[in-house]
Amino acid sequence: MAITDPPKIVTARMGHDDSHTLERYLATGGYDGLRKALAMTPEAVAAEVDTASLLGRGGAGFPAGRKWSMLRKAPVTYLVVNGDESEPATFKDHLLVERDPHQLIEGVVIAAYALQVTQVFIFIRGEFALGLERVQAALNDAYAHGAVGRDIFGSGFSVDVVVHPGAGAYICGEETALLESLEGKRGWPRIKPPFFPAAIGLYGDPTVVNNVETMSNLPWIMLNGGAAFAALGGGRSTGTRLFALAGHVANPGVYELEMVTTTFNDLINAPVLGGGIPHGRALKAFIPGGVSAPWFGPDQIDLPLGQDEVAEAGSMLGSGSIVVMDDHTCAVRAAWRITKFFSRESCGQCTPCREGSGWLERIMERIERGDGREEDLDLLLDACDNISPGLNWPPQQTTICVLGPSIPSSISSAITMFRDEFLVHIKEGGCPYE
Amino acid sequence: MTEPTPIAPPRRAALAPAAPTHLSPDVVSRAQQLIALYPEKRSALIPLCHLAQEQDGWLTPEAMVDIAGLVGVTPGEVLGTASFYDMLHTEPVGKYVVAVCTNIACLLGGAAELLEHAEDSLGIGAGGTTADGTVTLEEAECLADCDRVPCVQVNHRYVGAQTPESFDQLIADLRSGARDGEIPPHGTLIRVRRANGLAVESEAIADERRAEAAARAARDEAAAPTEVKGA
Repeated sequence: MAITDPPKIVTARMGHDDSHTLERYLATGGYDGLRKALAMTPEAVAAEVDTASLLGRGGAGFPAGRKWSMLRKAPVTYLVVNGDESEPATFKDHLLVERDPHQLIEGVVIAAYALQVTQVFIFIRGEFALGLERVQAALNDAYAHGAVGRDIFGSGFSVDVVVHPGAGAYICGEETALLESLEGKRGWPRIKPPFFPAAIGLYGDPTVVNNVETMSNLPWIMLNGGAAFAALGGGRSTGTRLFALAGHVANPGVYELEMVTTTFNDLINAPVLGGGIPHGRALKAFIPGGVSAPWFGPDQIDLPLGQDEVAEAGSMLGSGSIVVMDDHTCAVRAAWRITKFFSRESCGQCTPCREGSGWLERIMERIERGDGREEDLDLLLDACDNISPGLNWPPQQTTICVLGPSIPSSISSAITMFRDEFLVHIKEGGCPYE
Repeated sequence: MTEPTPIAPPRRAALAPAAPTHLSPDVVSRAQQLIALYPEKRSALIPLCHLAQEQDGWLTPEAMVDIAGLVGVTPGEVLGTASFYDMLHTEPVGKYVVAVCTNIACLLGGAAELLEHAEDSLGIGAGGTTADGTVTLEEAECLADCDRVPCVQVNHRYVGAQTPESFDQLIADLRSGARDGEIPPHGTLIRVRRANGLAVESEAIADERRAEAAARAARDEAAAPTEVKGA
């Protein structure tokens, strides 16, 4: 079976220039999944999603059905959609909000019906200006079409959906920070427990927070059944998933692939996918799931694209972003830039993360610049250890949220895999790649 | 003999919401529509900051006072919130904010070299604004367009991967106004207005849902078998 054979679940319409319009959406089966769902009981809809075993597509990979079942029963509950995609090199939700906003809205209404919530907020990162406009336009059309609002398709079910723009802060991708931001505050993560959104979420009411891609899978699941979704993939990683491939490959882009049956090698090297590393260069390392993830080397390229398989190998599939580095890449420089990102984006609440990221960034910068000292390597690992004791995977944390323990990943990977390169920087007083 | 100094009014008075004086009537009316979308006013704080930037190009102290009055917080709380976010500018910026991403995917695609070129050709460092107030240059974090690197946005509109040569052309086009149709002035974020469901019905829907739940509970209670004492 070819890599490209499995059905396109969330990218089926991407070949059309007008994939974002209601006309195209309706012409390609749009809102049929919602109609089917509304004819079922909310419990049956939730059961279908449970059967699909749909893992959350935001980064943590928590099963959506289980997340829903944990929603505390209360008179007022909320559904919040996380479209704050800002994990570096992740650009799949960007595609979904710009190119198929109706699919997102249909998924959102299906989820709202299953959860019986009356109010949904779709939080989209502010830098997606076109995406925000596309989703707002689609929402206007969906209201007019009767797919959102009062008495949807005559079912008696009503829900209000509001598009909320972010304002530029990586931390707002963390669900409790997102809720704070949605309440009009700084994006400061809340401590869990007690602030698990399903128990105490938006305005203190129970809230489900789901990723854009997770929502976008629901129309297909309703139309084709949870079992058909679960038949794809393997183990706990069912269905297809969007993989955002970036860095040193011939064809960077977003690819929808069946999970587990496809490998990193397929994604990076298959001519119909990544097309291999250009300029006749070789693979040096790749990051398998966003810059919070520990790096892999060429010997791990045959790993399957599955959540548990990648976790067992010591990293994570995370946000589904794969960054490829060729053998002309300076590992120190790459790790330094990632550390600089975390230093800029630390929200400042917890000392180990706020101070640690700044110190790590400065030490990494001076090594790259050529002013490093040999003891800097131990210093780096010691500072990393203060943020995430033991430097194990999955990481321990000394901070409120997981931004902190994400910081050491790139540094400890780079030092472990390319220690010699650090030493060359230090001994020769500069970057050998410049 | 000098007059006794009048006793300062209670601090509360300074916090009482005043009628907006800086934001235009149109912006205030749009702000009130936004506020009505949320169960709590403060949720509209960030969308209102975007609106204020649409009017002024940046978030002025006067606008923050108006926003504070509209959502029921102090101006300090607006500033304290806004200053947390990269897109909210509490200092003036150019008509075009040109953001060059240098995060990992773009770095691997030559972003550091592009930023250096941009700084040289514009004669400003990242974070600076050209003397004519046209361009503010920013070193951005990942903008999620990683298959077109190095990624550049102008006023949060993607302009595709840029080379040093195409970047200079881009700046020339911005200066001449050649791309003004496609790229609105800085601050304008969402040009599509919400057309439906403006009068928020969620509270009414929630009330109905509460009544339904109460009715269901009453029904369940009535249908439940009577507990047998001492069984």
